[in-house]
Order: sequence, then C-alpha cells, then structure tokens
Amino acid sequence: MDSITSAASVLAAGLAVGLGAIGPGIGQGTAAGGAVEGIARQPEAEGKIRGTLLLSLAFMEALTIYGLVVSLVLLFANPFAG
Amino acid sequence: MPFNLPLAELEVGKHLYWKVGQLNLHGQVFLSSWIVIGALLALVVVGTRKMEREPRGVQNLLEFLWDYLRDLARDQIGEKAYRDWLPFIGTLFLFIFVSNWGGALIPWKLIHLPSGELGAPTADINTTIALALLVSLAYFYAGLSRKGLRYFEYYVEPTPIMLPFKIVEDFTKPLSLSFRLFGNILADELVVAVLAFLVPLVVPLPAMFLGLFTSAIQALIFATLAAYYIGEAVHEEHH
Repeated sequence: MDSITSAASVLAAGLAVGLGAIGPGIGQGTAAGGAVEGIARQPEAEGKIRGTLLLSLAFMEALTIYGLVVSLVLLFANPFAG
Repeated sequence: MPFNLPLAELEVGKHLYWKVGQLNLHGQVFLSSWIVIGALLALVVVGTRKMEREPRGVQNLLEFLWDYLRDLARDQIGEKAYRDWLPFIGTLFLFIFVSNWGGALIPWKLIHLPSGELGAPTADINTTIALALLVSLAYFYAGLSRKGLRYFEYYVEPTPIMLPFKIVEDFTKPLSLSFRLFGNILADELVVAVLAFLVPLVVPLPAMFLGLFTSAIQALIFATLAAYYIGEAVHEEHH
C-alpha cells in the first residue's frame, strides 16, 4: 500500500468513528433525559421505561457501530490496498 | 505480541481456512459455533429429560427462558401468529446470546489452532449475514404464506409513493441487522484486547462486564427485530 493511501485510510478510519459518534451521542442524551423525566413523573413505570430505553439506546449505538465497521474495513481489510 | 499471557490476540482477518472444493471456509467459526450448538443442545436435553410438575434447577431455567421468549414473540408478532415463529425467534436469541457470552467467557486461548483463533462465532461477519438473511427469508415466507400475493399490498400502503422506500427497506433490513451484531461483538472483543494489551491486569475487567451487558442486549435486539419484521409481514390491516 502506498503511503498516501495508508495515510488517507487511517485518517478516514478516525473520522468515520468520530463523526459517527456525534449524532448518536446527542440522540442518546435526549433519550436518557426523557427516560429520567418519565421515571420521575411515574416511578412505578421504571421497569418498562428501562427496557424501552435500553433497546432504543442500542439502536442509536448501532449508528456509531456502522462507522466503526467502516473504519475496521479501512484498517484491516482495505479494498484499496492493491 | 511481546508477552506470553494467555490472552486473546488482535487477529482481525486471520482465519483457519478449510478448503472445500473451490471455497475457503473460516474453520474457527465452524468449530466455535459447533461448541455453542453442542452446549445449547446439552442444556436442553439435560433440562427436559426428567420433567417434574414443580420445576427445579435446569428445568426451571428453561421454563423461565421459554416464558421470556414467548412474551417477546407475542408482543411483536401478535396473538394469532406468534406460535409458528416462537421456535425461530427463540433459536436466534439463544444461539446469538450463547455465542456472544461464550466468546467472552470461555478461555479459547487454551485451544491451539494452526492459524487464526477461536472466539465468538458472531464476531465473524459471515455468521451474522447468514442469520440476517435467514430473517429476511423468514419474513417473506411469513407474509406470503399468511396473505398470499396480497402481501405485496404492504408495499403500496398507505400510498404508492412509499414503494421505493419499502423496496430499499428490504435490503437495508438484513444489512443493518448483520452489521449491528457483527460490529458490536467485534468492537467488544477489540476493546478488551486493546486494554489487555496495554494493561494486562484488572483494568480490562469493567470493559469485559460492559461487553457482556451489550452482547446480551444485542442478542435481545436481534431477536426483537426479527420478531418485529415477521410481525410487520403477517400484520392484517383493519379496514
């Protein structure tokens, strides 16, 4: 792999995870805030809220994981290595 | 790696290849999935051999699991059709759950392979893609067998404008299912491996517990989504 390709791949791998973490981070914060509010208002619904929250957090996390998959491909299985 | 502790190494892209005809199979994935399947079969056989009216021990655990999976399937698929799909959903959940936990808990490093290393079968993208495509086939089959060709009405409801999106959805469903599971499990293993490489003692433990937690959640999510897709396909519109 020539040096330009490897440098670009490493940079892109970092950016893929870093930029991919912004959106889900905001979303997870909003969701967790909403869940806390819900529990404060209705403590008896805590179990149900927690289950739903975990499930939706995992969905958001999946978005970052896509970025991670892209960066893993760039680092370990680079299609442009040639 | 410079030290000789029995830790998992960072080996992404190294595999134990088995040649079958023209194909290169990832042997370590087969070996670890067979171990997982064997463990599950043994558990179920032991738990159901001498069944009692008041469950104890393994039977109790299995009944709890069955209750849990039945509730999951019934919530997503609905009262009418969930019985047909409970075995499928349950198998998916148990296989993924035991694979994920097995990959983290069993000391695979003690078993030496010529190349590559054993680990969670779900940390290989081929396994997760196979599971996700099974889910795709399952929901098509569920919809077609329950509604016949009327199943395709689902694509133009509520308006025909939705048609391209619904067609694209059929491709993104298995894509996101497989990447989510694969990425999470591989990321857990990589985080633990990197931490264990930097500080071999104690420090990786919290990451390992977090990994156990997320891998259990991922198994739950995969099963829930599979059930949700099937439920969407068999759902009858009430006019």
